[in-house]
Amino acid sequence: MQFPADVIYTKEHEWLRVDGDTVTVGVTDFAQDALGDVVYVDLPGVGDAVAAGDTIAEIESVKAVSDVFSPVTGEIVAVNEDLDGSEESVNEAPYGAGWLFRIKLSDASELEGMMDVAAYQAFVAEQD
Amino acid sequence: MADRFHKYIPATAAEIEHMLDAVGYPTVDALLADVVPASQILGRPLDLPGPLSEVEILAAAAELAGRNQAAGLQACFLGAGAYRHQVPAAIHHMVSRGEFLTAYTPYQPEVSQGTLQGIFEFQTMVCELFGMEVANASVYDGASALAEAVFMAHRVARGKRPKAIIAGAVHPEYQEVCCTYGLAEIVKLQAQAPGADGRIDLAELEASLDEQVCCVAVQSPNFVGLIEDLPAIADIVHAAGALLVVAVTDPHACSLFESPGACGADIVVGEGQALGLPINMGGPYLGLFATRKKLVRQMPGRLVGRTHDTDGKPGFVLTLSTREQHIRREKATSNICTNQGLCALQSAMYMSLLGPDGLAAVAERSHAHALYLRRAVAALPGFELCFGGHFFHEFLVRTPVPASQLVDQLVGHGVFAGVPLSRYFPDRTHELLICATELNDRAQMDDLVRLLGVHTDSDGGAA
Repeated sequence: MQFPADVIYTKEHEWLRVDGDTVTVGVTDFAQDALGDVVYVDLPGVGDAVAAGDTIAEIESVKAVSDVFSPVTGEIVAVNEDLDGSEESVNEAPYGAGWLFRIKLSDASELEGMMDVAAYQAFVAEQD
Repeated sequence: MADRFHKYIPATAAEIEHMLDAVGYPTVDALLADVVPASQILGRPLDLPGPLSEVEILAAAAELAGRNQAAGLQACFLGAGAYRHQVPAAIHHMVSRGEFLTAYTPYQPEVSQGTLQGIFEFQTMVCELFGMEVANASVYDGASALAEAVFMAHRVARGKRPKAIIAGAVHPEYQEVCCTYGLAEIVKLQAQAPGADGRIDLAELEASLDEQVCCVAVQSPNFVGLIEDLPAIADIVHAAGALLVVAVTDPHACSLFESPGACGADIVVGEGQALGLPINMGGPYLGLFATRKKLVRQMPGRLVGRTHDTDGKPGFVLTLSTREQHIRREKATSNICTNQGLCALQSAMYMSLLGPDGLAAVAERSHAHALYLRRAVAALPGFELCFGGHFFHEFLVRTPVPASQLVDQLVGHGVFAGVPLSRYFPDRTHELLICATELNDRAQMDDLVRLLGVHTDSDGGAA
């Protein structure tokens, strides 16, 4: 299982890659493994205002439909339109081609409570 | 204790005694006295007639049934959402088979290939009729299908468009069901008055649309029988970024006119009763629901798909169940977690027995009868057509005397003359909605016209 060090992690098993005042968000390798084969991803609209904790996307796998929460407050500035028809990217490259959406941060302090790779690995170990 | 023993309650006197012992009461009455306020206890037996023997019951029931005036024994010109068409005898025979009649919608593919295939074929035929890409396994009835369609449009807009517009010429009861569904909390309904010509006013529609509107729901043929200009409506609705929902109360119309799908509808719903189900008071009826493939994940209800097993053999399964209540619970697309399995099967039998040509023949004959009847009624002194324009098999006519009075008088002659509009709009007392189908032959129609004339003739009638 992959745990890249260039991202930060949430307890909802999402990862954030911070670039200035924007963050790119996806689900972790652990999350995609638990979901199973992804068949459909419902993404938010570009320009949507989102608040931390809002349900803003859905990932449908062969097992279930799962909510994706916005990890931060801000505005959606991009969504991964390439996923339409290539949903397997979420399984195959969760930290790369399988990214979900990009948010322009309203409040960078929201990132402070998130986990680094070591903390997340420990968190995942507790889940098992 | 003996007096509490009842043949329909399978607890013996000994068992009741045992239960009373366990809770520490000497009698059932003593138990009730502690849990029900004294003011709420009747204190005497219910005022009901005494028991009857089987022979007496049958005689009493037969007497009651004899007071019914069954549509099949009268000349029936009733429409307004429920339509009397011929139901071939073969359908009654097939649908009464125990395998169909007694099964509780079994969905496990390993034991239910027959049921699943039947539903799959039903869905396919609904798609063909409506000109749509995907149809579900049915919902309760036409009205609940419309309410579900409005819900669905709201989901498609992700809650950013809180309003839905429902055309004024949508069946009033369908509008009411949309309100009953509680849509008003998330979707503000705007009941749009029908235009002066009985159809949707395109200019008014255009003016009432904004980015708050998730969908526009229209009915065509509409409640007063007229064909709406669906392509023009679709252009206006789509230009505003909203979805067009089209309701159809007698799907035979779709085999005579351009299908709603071909006219640009995004969701098509309908009442399937006219397709092989008798006009039952209170149902069960059959909700038809179809949409575009790109919207399928927001579609409510069950969907059966065809697939292959591990040996490559074709089979049928529930598909996209992840949207559905039995998997998704509170996140489901709908709380309708069942469908009208038997009614859907019955209408699939009807559609396959008649075929596309047969359905079109029923529609054409119904239309021809309605044309004949409309001309004859309009020619009666004091009668006047409310609207011109293209129509299917229903029309609204202004009557010289209150329409409900006419209807009551004609019932005495074995004729159901139509539905008085005052039933839905109390102040519209002099308008009668008349429907003709293939079952209303020339003699019946001539008889209706004669009786309408007699009962409005100021010299000898009831004026």
